Amino acid sequence: MSATEIAPRFRPGDSVRVRFADPPGHIRTPWYIRGHTGVIERLCGIYGNPEELAYNRPGTPRQPLYRVRFRQSQVWPDYRGTATDTVDIEIYQHWLEPGETR
Amino acid sequence: MTAPDEPQVHDHAHEHGHDHAPHPPARPDTDDTLTYYKAMEVAVRELLIEKGIITPDDVRRAIEAMDARSPAQGARVVARAWTDPAYKARLLADPNAAIKELGIEPGVYKLVVLENTPQVHNLVVCTLCSCYPRGVLGLPPDWYKSRAYRSRAVHEPRAVLREFGTEIADNVAVHVHDSTADMRYLVLPERPAGTEGMSEAALAELVTRDSMIGVARVRAPG
Repeated sequence: MSATEIAPRFRPGDSVRVRFADPPGHIRTPWYIRGHTGVIERLCGIYGNPEELAYNRPGTPRQPLYRVRFRQSQVWPDYRGTATDTVDIEIYQHWLEPGETR
Repeated sequence: MTAPDEPQVHDHAHEHGHDHAPHPPARPDTDDTLTYYKAMEVAVRELLIEKGIITPDDVRRAIEAMDARSPAQGARVVARAWTDPAYKARLLADPNAAIKELGIEPGVYKLVVLENTPQVHNLVVCTLCSCYPRGVLGLPPDWYKSRAYRSRAVHEPRAVLREFGTEIADNVAVHVHDSTADMRYLVLPERPAGTEGMSEAALAELVTRDSMIGVARVRAPG
C-alpha cells in the first residue's frame, strides 16, 4: 500500500456512521445522510478523492469507496414505506467512522 | 423574435423572383440565451481550439459519439441476461466486462447492475447532480435531472413510483440507489410473464429506458 493510497478499514457487514460535518467545497456525501448509521454493502474500489480532484489537485491520498446501506425508516422520521426499504449511497472512507458494535 | 402565436411576419422582401407559400413562423432556439456558464464554455472552447489543443472536429465527434448512445444498448444487455443465465451471472459479477462482450464501451465508470426480483424493486437516482449510466442508456431524461425527482426519489420513492404508474406492494422492498460517486447503476428489470417464446431481439424491443432506471416495469406486448 503506497503513501498515496489509504487502505480499506471496513468490510461488508460492518456498521458505520457517516461523520456529521459541513466542510466547504465539492463534497460527494449527501447532506441528508450525514450523522446516520448504516452497513457496508461492498467495497467499490479505491478512487481519487473528489474533494481534491474538483480543484485540479491530484486527489491523493486515494480513498476507499464503499456502498453503504441505510434503512429508510431510520433516515427519514416521516418515511412512508416498509421496514425493508433501503437506500444505498456511495461514501468515501474519510467520511465514515465505526458504528455501534453488536 | 416572433412570439409563437403572433401572425407570421416576413423578414425579407419579396423581390427574389418567385411566389411561395408563407413561411411557418420562425421559432426561437431553445438555448438562445447566452448565460454566464454558456459564455464560459464558448470562451474556453475557443481558447482550446485557438491554442491547438483540440479541434472543432474533436468537439463535433465527441458530441456525435455521445448522441449515438441510447437506451437500445441497455436493452440489448437486459435481453441477453434474460435469455442466457450464464451471461446474467457474468453481468451481475462484472458488469463492465459483460457489456463489453456485447460491443458496448463501458467508459471510465464502474457499472453496477441491480436485479429486480419478486421481493426487491430497485430505483436509481443521483441526488447530488445527474450521474447516469450514459454508456448504456445515452443521455438522461430531463426529469431525472430535476430537483423534484432528485429529492423525492430518496425520501418518498413509493409515491414517486406511483406517479410513474408503478405500484409496489408492501411485501416488496424498495431499494433506492443514490449514485453519488464513481459507480453508475443499471436496473435489470424482471422479465414479464407471457414472453417465454420471444427471441432475444424481440425482447430487447420491450425494454424501455424507464425500466432500466427503475421507475417502470417491462410489459409484455399486447
